[in-house]
Amino acid sequence: MRNHAANKREPLFHIVKRDALPLWKSILVRVIAILLALLVCAVVVVFITDLNPLEVYKSMFDGAFGSSRKIWTTMQNTAILLCISLAVTPAFKMRFWNIGAEGQVMVGCLGTAACMILIGDKVPAPLLMVIMVVVSIACGTLWGVLPAIFKAYWNTNESLFTLMMNYVAIQLVSFFCTVWENPKGSATIGMINMNSQAGWFPSLFGQKYLLNILIVLVLTIGMYIYLKYNKHGYEIAVVGESQNTARYVGMNVKKIIIRTMALSGAICGVAGLLLVAGTDHTLTTSSAGGMGFTAIMVSWLAKFNPLLMILTSFLIVFLERGAGEIATDFRLNESIADILTGIILFFIIGCEFFVNYQIIFTKKRKEADSDA
Amino acid sequence: MMKKWIAVLLAVAMLFAFAACGETTPAGDEGTSANVENLTSGANSDVKVGFIFLHDENSTYDKNFIDAARAAQAALNLSDEQVLFKTNIPEGQECYEAAAELVDEGCDVIFADSFGHEGFMIQAAREFPEVQFCHATGTRAHTEGLSNYHNAFASIYEGRYLAGIAAGMKLNEMIEAGEFTADEAKMGYVGAFPYAEVISGYTSFYLGAKSVCPTVTMTVKYTSSWFDEALEKEAANALIQEGCKLISQHADSMGAPTACEAAGVPNVSYNGSTAAACPNTAIISSRVNWEPYFEYMINCVISGEPIDTDWCGTLQTGSVELSELNEAVAAEGTADAIADAKAKLEAGELHVFDTSTFTVDGAALTSYMADVDTDDAYTPDTEAISDGYFHESEYRSAPYFDIIIDGIDAPVEE
Repeated sequence: MRNHAANKREPLFHIVKRDALPLWKSILVRVIAILLALLVCAVVVVFITDLNPLEVYKSMFDGAFGSSRKIWTTMQNTAILLCISLAVTPAFKMRFWNIGAEGQVMVGCLGTAACMILIGDKVPAPLLMVIMVVVSIACGTLWGVLPAIFKAYWNTNESLFTLMMNYVAIQLVSFFCTVWENPKGSATIGMINMNSQAGWFPSLFGQKYLLNILIVLVLTIGMYIYLKYNKHGYEIAVVGESQNTARYVGMNVKKIIIRTMALSGAICGVAGLLLVAGTDHTLTTSSAGGMGFTAIMVSWLAKFNPLLMILTSFLIVFLERGAGEIATDFRLNESIADILTGIILFFIIGCEFFVNYQIIFTKKRKEADSDA
Repeated sequence: MMKKWIAVLLAVAMLFAFAACGETTPAGDEGTSANVENLTSGANSDVKVGFIFLHDENSTYDKNFIDAARAAQAALNLSDEQVLFKTNIPEGQECYEAAAELVDEGCDVIFADSFGHEGFMIQAAREFPEVQFCHATGTRAHTEGLSNYHNAFASIYEGRYLAGIAAGMKLNEMIEAGEFTADEAKMGYVGAFPYAEVISGYTSFYLGAKSVCPTVTMTVKYTSSWFDEALEKEAANALIQEGCKLISQHADSMGAPTACEAAGVPNVSYNGSTAAACPNTAIISSRVNWEPYFEYMINCVISGEPIDTDWCGTLQTGSVELSELNEAVAAEGTADAIADAKAKLEAGELHVFDTSTFTVDGAALTSYMADVDTDDAYTPDTEAISDGYFHESEYRSAPYFDIIIDGIDAPVEE
């Protein structure tokens, strides 16, 4: 055996899939990744800008927590990102590659804005709120169900389908921005119902974002229970592992696909509602702001666990807000902030490799000889 | 061996990171005490100014504001801690958020530079009555009834008129050189959106050119975006294809100027000189110099005086400026012609929108009700024509001339 090995040139190392890592170890790997990321960022900051990296980190922290308003805004942004992440989760767990959350959120926004603009001053406030909820959910559901039906019955490629639906949604929004433009010629809607505030979410206890946050909290717990303890959640997991198995045990795979995507779309619709009625009070082609895509990362990083998603979505929002603050504090271009965010995300995503795999270095020949 | 290395590396990394965490709080304290020191030194020490910009320096529009803000900061001897910039703030809720955060930072006056920021600035102004909010190019301050919300603009149509003279002189030179006949003298104009600010801008530019080259016509193309380099380039190229002999633009990227440089077509720019990037085609550029307004605004806050609800800069205040003429491209005598017209404009002998110099549908304009007080239905409310000219930027600083005059071929919204 030893002779055989000696004749062959062995690689320096090889990669082995790990068994489940103990929790403390997997947490340790991630913590180390974040620390390393901060170190690399510090080096980059010093080389590019000559700034004190500690000052930069402090400013990053201030961006997310510097004042009570910033804390609320951070929580609000986390809530919206979390909401969209919850929406994409059941589909991804089912191995249905829904990259159309962006579009589903946009039509949710569009539906909400349409209600506020068209009937904002015509119906009483409680009824308006109900109509907005129904319309936004219906819009999101429609955008989610369409690709699912095509997938279930004609096995179309859901990634392409959902991706293209994004563009349809964004173009629709762009069209209506021109139809409802205010002031004329600006191709932007401006603030909807600025004076009457019709259709705006009320402040709870003087906090205008609290309602949004509570709604998302309820959704998070609901999604956790749905995926973990509900029969539907189990069916989703089985279809995700193997459609043939699901069929074999008598599950109606078509129905499950469509039902799950309807749920995804509906929650995206809610996210659209929260965005337009709860925070933005306007509609632009960037209302969803790429969160439909970021949400995919949030969901994967959390291994589709809704409770962990609170952490991962918070992490992403923290990085974004912190990065923005750096740009303001040091009069840097936003690009430096993007670079730092990129480095940190690279390490965080990269460390998943070390959680799932281990690198075994081939022992040096001498050692191997002496071992033997 | 390898393991040891990794262990050492990790240990160093962690040490560093913990050190970073540990120093967070004291660093914060130092920061505040440094601020306090700043506050107690110098005359302008306790004022804090926030700026909200739609893009960053890569947009000629925002660069113009950013340069002016830096100049005002230097002129008033303010520190970087006293002048905060927020760049790349879209025309949405983000603008309100940015304004609110600037209030939290302790700003006494906050300025936003883009038209679409207005509603969100008003929202912030309502919420923070103790802070002054100033907004460029907006239209609502004079009707909103808020004592802490102000609009500002400049009579940029005068600058564009002067730049138009340079364009007309260049056309004349090319006609004399036999490059094309007087009837073929057509200019192209790349505009962002079909609203008053853009229409007023290209009409004054056209009238300037027409004052020296009477046969000139102009074709306008809209890009429906303030900043889209590819679209602006494409629009400029299309205009050149259609036979336009000279291009000007009212959009914020370098798209049109670079297209002109590539095609060898003369270009009159806006918001700053493009002569460095386009040495063979850039003639001149008009711009609003915001420094006088910024200094006025900040000085008002320092002295506790109210800021004008609706401030309009002029040639006299130094708010309307022309860049240095690029003699290599411009026609001979351009500088004199511009100086002459400028003196007449300042003296009030010459009016850009003199109704005897243009027609609409073949007839002279004798009356026009402009929508000066912005409302949702765009109700025309103010007679803008008297004494033989259209009174632009007099009843409100933001332009309201939105008439397509004869000689200009612009797509009209239904």
